[in-house]
Amino acid sequence: MNKEERLIKRYKAEKRFQFYGKAAIFMALLFLVVFLTKIFSTGYTAFQKTWLVIPVNYNADLLYLDPDKKPTTEDINDADFYEFGIETFITLDPNASEDQIMELKKMFAFTFERELKYYLLDNPDSFGKTVDVKLTASDDLDQVFKGNYPRDIPENRRRASDYQLKIFDKLNEDGRVISEFNASFFTNADSREAELAGIASSFMGSLFSILVCLSIAFPVALLAAVYLEEFAPKNRFTDFIEVNINNLAAVPSIVFGLLGLGVLLAVFGLPRSTPLVGGITLSLMTLPTIIIAARASLKAVPPSIREAALAMGASKMQTTMHHTVPLALPGTLSGTIIGLAQALGETAPLILIGMVAFVNTIPGTPMDPAASLPVQIYIWAESAERGFVEKVSACIMVLLFFLIFMNLGAQLIRHKFEKKWN
Amino acid sequence: MNSVIFLTIVLLALSSYFFGRKKAILIQSNKRLTALPKFYGYYLAIWCGAPAFLLYALWSIFEPSIVRFFILSDYSSQGLLEGELNLFYEKVKSLSRNQYSGELTAELQRSAEKYLNFRDIAKWSKVVIVLSLLIASTGYAYTKISNNTKTREPVEIFLKGVFFLSSLAAILTTIGIIFSLLFQTIEFFQVIPLFDFVFGMHWYPAKAFVRDASEALDPSMYSDTFGAVPIFAGTFFIALIAMCVAIPIGLLSGIYMAEYASKRLRQYAKPVIEILAGIPTVVYGFFAALTVGPFLKDLGLSLGLEVSAESALAAGGVMGIMIIPFISSLSDDVITSVPQNLRDGSYAMGATKSETIKRVIIPAALPGIVGSILLGVSRAIGETMIVVMASGLAANLTLNPLESTSTITAQIVVILIGDQQFGDPKTQAAFALGLSLFIVTLVLNIVALSVVKKYREKYE
Repeated sequence: MNKEERLIKRYKAEKRFQFYGKAAIFMALLFLVVFLTKIFSTGYTAFQKTWLVIPVNYNADLLYLDPDKKPTTEDINDADFYEFGIETFITLDPNASEDQIMELKKMFAFTFERELKYYLLDNPDSFGKTVDVKLTASDDLDQVFKGNYPRDIPENRRRASDYQLKIFDKLNEDGRVISEFNASFFTNADSREAELAGIASSFMGSLFSILVCLSIAFPVALLAAVYLEEFAPKNRFTDFIEVNINNLAAVPSIVFGLLGLGVLLAVFGLPRSTPLVGGITLSLMTLPTIIIAARASLKAVPPSIREAALAMGASKMQTTMHHTVPLALPGTLSGTIIGLAQALGETAPLILIGMVAFVNTIPGTPMDPAASLPVQIYIWAESAERGFVEKVSACIMVLLFFLIFMNLGAQLIRHKFEKKWN
Repeated sequence: MNSVIFLTIVLLALSSYFFGRKKAILIQSNKRLTALPKFYGYYLAIWCGAPAFLLYALWSIFEPSIVRFFILSDYSSQGLLEGELNLFYEKVKSLSRNQYSGELTAELQRSAEKYLNFRDIAKWSKVVIVLSLLIASTGYAYTKISNNTKTREPVEIFLKGVFFLSSLAAILTTIGIIFSLLFQTIEFFQVIPLFDFVFGMHWYPAKAFVRDASEALDPSMYSDTFGAVPIFAGTFFIALIAMCVAIPIGLLSGIYMAEYASKRLRQYAKPVIEILAGIPTVVYGFFAALTVGPFLKDLGLSLGLEVSAESALAAGGVMGIMIIPFISSLSDDVITSVPQNLRDGSYAMGATKSETIKRVIIPAALPGIVGSILLGVSRAIGETMIVVMASGLAANLTLNPLESTSTITAQIVVILIGDQQFGDPKTQAAFALGLSLFIVTLVLNIVALSVVKKYREKYE
């Protein structure tokens, strides 16, 4: 091999190496794109909900009410809307057999009784008349209508029967199947029925946990960082605290779950499954993150600021509280938000302290049992029903939205308020 | 009730700030003060709030056990066992809340009345004693305030003390972790021999279903149940798969970012790659279970391979994607901090850029790179949700990446999800696994951090 050829070979190696680097970056970006596309393409349908608009005859006889008197709210509340609903469904196919009537009923969410009742309560004038009422479609038909569910597989492997599909198609031709924004996804608590399940309970659980976490972790971490950076003597004990903080930041999150279970629940007897315990556990986890961020921004405040304050006769404490800490606050705050964003996405420790319970009420205080958004994702992902797949993706979209929002907030605080010292 | 006392203390402390300051201002009108008036306010507020709060906290912590002691002191002499006493006490408590539905004995009724009585006495004496301490300490401090009282120094010392206590939070957390893990683990090893746990080849915690308390202490029931080898092997195997994805991609992109990338590419690509680290792991778990697992299964079918829908490959691969940014960011930092004169020297000898990187920069940055990889491994070992959702929960001892395996973290979740019974070897096994996880990651982190630190010192 002569000199020329060797040079060509070396240049080729150079090109190859650069290509590997580009390919690696491309791969990493590709993963992100594939990942986000997959989540969004499966999730966006969950923001729509399918309704069936059917004619309902609010006949007094069917409801066992007095036809001559306008019913009071109490009368309506006492009336039996289950039987009434069944009678109404039969009007969709008057020749339906017993089994087919059951199938007709299953085309609707089991809340049809309540929906029929509330319509009459809201529109008392429709008493005695036939009106169009919007009822939530069952999860199976919802999925069929959104095209998430194949129709051409054999009937016995399908959740929606041929009969249901026939009736459904007829309704669809008449324009009686409508798709609207799924508000109940944001206002309902969790439910066993996919068409009714919402994120309100887990959202409140997450909110309470994060608030508890913030109110513990932020003050403690800030004060600890101030002590370590401004007051602590340089000795073995201080070094030990420092090593401790660095190691704590890298302890797997599930170990904090064991801590919450073994100490907060078993020793202190705090209530299980509550955002209070979840928040305390998460605060212990985010503590090191915030301390490290706060120390870094305290360190970035130039010594001249402190010296100027001291020279004016301020005490060490006054210098710190009046000058150093306010200057370090933007950095600390953005570190806190990033720590909280981590805590918001955390699942494993919350599972261990029991925040995976099925909660179908919206928690009002941090002492009520609740799930959290990531745990809700886990619960839904583990359930077999088809309708939950889009719910999981939609819940992920909501969670990612909050995470992006928080991270942008942290960036904004950093750029807007942090002083650059040169 | 408790929150009322707490709020009262806070409000009184706040208002005493104004009293203290007002007195200082009055003194100031004819004498010179030794500190600003507000320090007199802080001084009084601390004297008002701190002792009362401390007493209140201690009282709240010790009240339940003292009440319990008084209630049970009548019965403990009858030779009852600790467990029976506990049961009796629980019954008394539920009866006093009117939630008791069992058999009602005269003894129980008497104790419940006594319990309510004691609680009442305790509650009111707490209020009275805490408030009188508050008044006494505030009064003492108020009369002490004069023009030459030192107020700034005590206030600052108090604040410093609070700061110091906050800095202990991290140590307390570590102690809490070690305490909770160790305590349960020791109990576990009293039933299961350490040797069986570390070298046992079979892990079936579901077998250890305890029907009653007498069975729980019979070690023969647990033979061949808690052998952790398959779990440890699965953990390292999945971590290995993850690193096979993360190291090449992370390292190469880190190198490219540091050495080749234009400023613009760096500015945009780096934060975008770091998004991968910010996505919650449960989301990765869902992605692995919903997309990657079935994809690999179909791919395997078309190649004639049997791939489990919950394979180690799916979990490990997705975990690798998650770890990419940890390795790329850290190795980027490390490579950027290699001094420029090393590069210049290499170029001067006629080396191309890639030769410089391979022969000069990477060897120089090696400790830092190794440190970043170790941190990545520790992440992979501690990762929970991806494995729980995407890999199997049964502990197979296998080296086939297409089958399902389980990890330490996944087993902890499997055991502890739902209701746990403390004192059950199954629950304790989860804590023993947690302790091994804690030790392994701790060692990895200490080594990695010290390697990186040494490296940084070398070039600074």
